[in-house]
Amino acid sequence: MTASNHRWRKTKNALVQALTLVCALLVIAPLAFVFYYLVKSGIGAVNWDFFTKLPKPVGEGGGGMANAIAGSFILLGIAAIIGMPVGVLAGVYLSEYASSRLTGPIRFGADVLNGVPSIIWGIVVYALMVLPMRTYSAWAGGVVLGMMMIPLIMRTTEEVLLLVPDGYREAALALGIAQWRTIAQIVVRTALKGIVTGVLLAVARVAGETAPLIFTALGNRFWNNNLSDPIAALPLQIFSYAISPYDDWHRQAWAGALVLLLLITAINVTVRVLTRDRIHKNP
Amino acid sequence: MNLIMPPEEEKIISQTRREPRVESREPNPDALPSALDSRTSTASISALTVKNLSIYFGKNQVLKSVSLEVQARAVTAIIGPSGCGKSTFLRALNRMHELVPEARMTGEIRLFGEDIYAGRVEPVIVRRRVGMVFQKSNPFPTMSIADNVTVGLRLNGVRARATLVDRMEKSLRMAALWDEVKDRLHAPAISLSGGQQQRLCIARALAVQPEVLLMDEPASALDPLATAKIEDLILELKKDFTIVIVTHNMQQAARISDFTAFLYLGELIEFDATRKIFTSPARKQTEDYVTGRFG
Repeated sequence: MTASNHRWRKTKNALVQALTLVCALLVIAPLAFVFYYLVKSGIGAVNWDFFTKLPKPVGEGGGGMANAIAGSFILLGIAAIIGMPVGVLAGVYLSEYASSRLTGPIRFGADVLNGVPSIIWGIVVYALMVLPMRTYSAWAGGVVLGMMMIPLIMRTTEEVLLLVPDGYREAALALGIAQWRTIAQIVVRTALKGIVTGVLLAVARVAGETAPLIFTALGNRFWNNNLSDPIAALPLQIFSYAISPYDDWHRQAWAGALVLLLLITAINVTVRVLTRDRIHKNP
Repeated sequence: MNLIMPPEEEKIISQTRREPRVESREPNPDALPSALDSRTSTASISALTVKNLSIYFGKNQVLKSVSLEVQARAVTAIIGPSGCGKSTFLRALNRMHELVPEARMTGEIRLFGEDIYAGRVEPVIVRRRVGMVFQKSNPFPTMSIADNVTVGLRLNGVRARATLVDRMEKSLRMAALWDEVKDRLHAPAISLSGGQQQRLCIARALAVQPEVLLMDEPASALDPLATAKIEDLILELKKDFTIVIVTHNMQQAARISDFTAFLYLGELIEFDATRKIFTSPARKQTEDYVTGRFG
């Protein structure tokens, strides 16, 4: 009886192990599928023209997404200019200044904001900027992405600053260095790699956002010459091409998706390289 | 420049703009290097006068009405079992204990006659005059050896390169580290050994020319050889500086200090010349502690 019991226990163990393995594979399978599909369907349309030419009218073959690629970079630039200082400084406040009674609510607020569906951000900025300005614009698109970055950057900044040992703060203060200088020159400098990582991850996170841009940047089939005008962005272009009835545009949408994914992957790889030796073993 | 404040200048740290020492922190290449050399010899002047010092963290009273005088240019050791308030006492001497959010103090601490807790005295100014070395060596990991030494000057507004270089060398020499690092001043500070890092921290504290140096178990994380070097250094430094050292190591207190204070459960049990404390203490508790019968 004990022998069969033992065998059944071993079988159960093997079954559970197999089940967890299958689930773990299911987690990474989509990534493999996504890459396989994008490469298979998109690589054909990725060529020099794709990166350098404007979209062509329907029926005329060729053309590219140069304006959307540039537009994405412009939008991310505006977003970073807004999101980075506010997010980093808010993170500094949380980690270095806020009393424990304040940090709880602020952290909770940031976590709630991180969970707000992106389309809601889009509607908010639509009401705050697009309606008063009476036009969709690159500004509005940058602002909405920047606002989405703020809580992300704030939380990662706070976390990496909390990793800086108190010994450094004390050493600096004991030298008679003022607190703001201690924070700026000692604490932030020690955690700089971590902060840059947080910013890059936030950029990667919002780079693929589509919904909020529909209400703000709108999209544009031409170059944007004025940031107060609508601007193209890769996710928007992919969206509008993918729902079109034309095979040629479908191919371009696949190519756009492939480029977008590679861009985000590149950011993530950069982060990996940066964080490789982030933790100092000393105090 | 007279660093020992005459009594009539008692209120001087609260009026920092007129205070000569503070001005010496400003970019004034001529005034800076001379400050250390100009100290006049003083027989037995008290550098720090502590009166009825009590410290509370929240509702917990950590120090109970401690009074003692720290003699200038001497080593005063604070001994006592863990949790007796040694570190808190030390930190009160340069207002570092205020970093604990719920800290509260009563009583009085005077630095060469000036009340360092007087209303308008900035903790930052107090800490420039009363430096500190910590138990765990903590050189800034993003900076080179040279930058670690000069950081206190640079972040207090000293720009003149010649001054910085001069002060860096002097401080490293005083910390007995110059010969070991002079060929690699721009190497990362964390490439040094543990004992060297601690001496670097001492050099860093000396570079801002404090009058008093507080040391919180500066050798407790070091091996015996590195410890011996630090102890030699302390004996050397007391010619120019007033040193208050917290130590767990009774032999160390006996070897290097001139005066010893024994704290127990937040109270000052006995304070006297080190020889007296270790040979014929007045209190039974002190004798039990220094002979290793408890603690």
